Amino acid sequence: MPEQLFQFLVTGITVGSLYALVGLGFAIIYNASDVVNFAQGEFVMLGAMTAIALLSAGLPLPLAAIVATLLTVLVGLLLERFAIEPTVGAPVVTTIIITIGAAIFLRGIALLLWGKDFHPMPAFSGDRPIHLGGATLLPQSLWVMGVTLLLVVLVRLFFNRTLLGKALLACSFNRAAAQLVGINVRVMLRLAYGLSAGLGALAGILIAPITFSSYEAGIMLGLKGFSAAIVGGIGNPMGAVAGGLLLGVLEALGAGFISSGYKDAIAFLFVLMVLFFEPTGLFGHKVADRV
Amino acid sequence: MRRIGFFTFAVGVALLPALFPDNYFVMAVGVSAGLNAILAVGLNLLMGYAGQISLGHAAFFGMGAYTSAILTTRYACPSLIALTAGLIIAGVIAWLLARPILRLRGHYLAMATLGFGVIVHVLMVQATPWTGGPDGLNGIPPLNLLGWSVDSDLRWYAVIMAALLLAIGLSLNLVDSRIGRALRAVRGSEFAAQMLGIDTGRAKTQVFVVSALFAAFAGSLFAHQQSFVSPDSFNLTVSVELVTMVVLGGLASTYGSACGAIALTLLHEGLVVFEDYEMMIHGALLMAVMIFMPQGLFIGLSQGARRLWRLKNKASA
Repeated sequence: MPEQLFQFLVTGITVGSLYALVGLGFAIIYNASDVVNFAQGEFVMLGAMTAIALLSAGLPLPLAAIVATLLTVLVGLLLERFAIEPTVGAPVVTTIIITIGAAIFLRGIALLLWGKDFHPMPAFSGDRPIHLGGATLLPQSLWVMGVTLLLVVLVRLFFNRTLLGKALLACSFNRAAAQLVGINVRVMLRLAYGLSAGLGALAGILIAPITFSSYEAGIMLGLKGFSAAIVGGIGNPMGAVAGGLLLGVLEALGAGFISSGYKDAIAFLFVLMVLFFEPTGLFGHKVADRV
Repeated sequence: MRRIGFFTFAVGVALLPALFPDNYFVMAVGVSAGLNAILAVGLNLLMGYAGQISLGHAAFFGMGAYTSAILTTRYACPSLIALTAGLIIAGVIAWLLARPILRLRGHYLAMATLGFGVIVHVLMVQATPWTGGPDGLNGIPPLNLLGWSVDSDLRWYAVIMAALLLAIGLSLNLVDSRIGRALRAVRGSEFAAQMLGIDTGRAKTQVFVVSALFAAFAGSLFAHQQSFVSPDSFNLTVSVELVTMVVLGGLASTYGSACGAIALTLLHEGLVVFEDYEMMIHGALLMAVMIFMPQGLFIGLSQGARRLWRLKNKASA
């Protein structure tokens, strides 16, 4: 029993790391533009699929990963420039449909480029499982957890220690005030989309060896990332990370002890329960309405 | 004015099969457009008038469909009773869910309704003994209206269009009633509505239930018309599609939602010829419409036409 529990925890943290990265992307974009980007999952899919395509074209893994990430960042920037910038200040429903449209569009392009098949990707450092106590651990899981930790720390440092990060944070508090103190809000908006697309792409590349990838791979991942961001209190980057890990672990426990078929239902039931009792998420600000 | 609109619509709908007798396209597409329009009109009450988003409306559509499917195939239940049972189940679930879920705002509400939709969909896939799992249920008998069996394309067209007219009529009346005015006040400002003495929680609950009933009603008809249901017809994509129809038609307009639903159904039929390109074009069109006509297709087009008209007048003057 304890070994089993440990095994589920390992699986949960691996998947949760992924949700955390996607949730982090959601939070960064939400902060900068008040938009929930439903195409976030498609960044993950694009990163994975592009990396797989580049690998099979003969590029070495590190190069393929970097090029795939940069290409996804470019897609994020294009999305911001042509779909988000023209509609700044639009109602929630409009932005939701625009980003859902973008997600369908990107999925459609992936379908044309790579077909409907599942594409495998070799693990970064072999497939030999590592035995730890009674549980087995894939080396790729270590990669996922390690790189996620590194990225989360870097994002935190970026927001807390660099001028650029602080400027981006200032935009999320009050765009007009940020503009008045000389921050170029438009550049910050692009930065947020680029950063978020890059995080998504890296998440996709990290997980592809474990789950394979297809043109539809981004849908559920995007929704789970959104859940992570909501559970953590939307607009709170570290809350999103915590929410992602929590969601991943709960899902793995639910799949292990109850039924794997119901794992998505368990995850979303948890999200609903959180919202029913804490309508602004676990770590969200309690906002007072201004009338 | 309102009457004229309603009768024009009714006459148009009735004339279509007379103008194109035995036309498969009019019948098949008409039926699916009509069902979508019922769903959109119902969802518009919640989204357009009360200003509450739902990304899980396909769940109620599915509850109506599955209740009818299970009761008629497993228990040989008469179709009208099955339909009523579907309405009751969806209504009760919506009522139970309304208070806690409609306390949420904006993106939190979007998340919660989306989550609810996913949970119901997972249940449809997983509860195989009841729902038949991913394969769904088939062999659903045709709708039987007190002895009149709805078993031909033309009859289905007539039934669905009658149902659509009923839905539009109900919606128009509801909007002009005390409840409708309360809902519009809630959309404007919930706080102000409370100050005016409106029980906003109750108003939102009522509209959520009504909107779920519209969806379950359409679901029952859908199950009988297709004679087959599977979870794929009630997933997140469908919920998103419904929201798109309402927004495309222009929020807070009953006819707008119906037209949005018809436009999107036709678009899907038209895009089929592009095969693999369909998805890409669909996504691009969705983005383009929302970026350039955020108030919906019809207001956007009519404004564009008015602008052209003014330009032309200026040029001639």
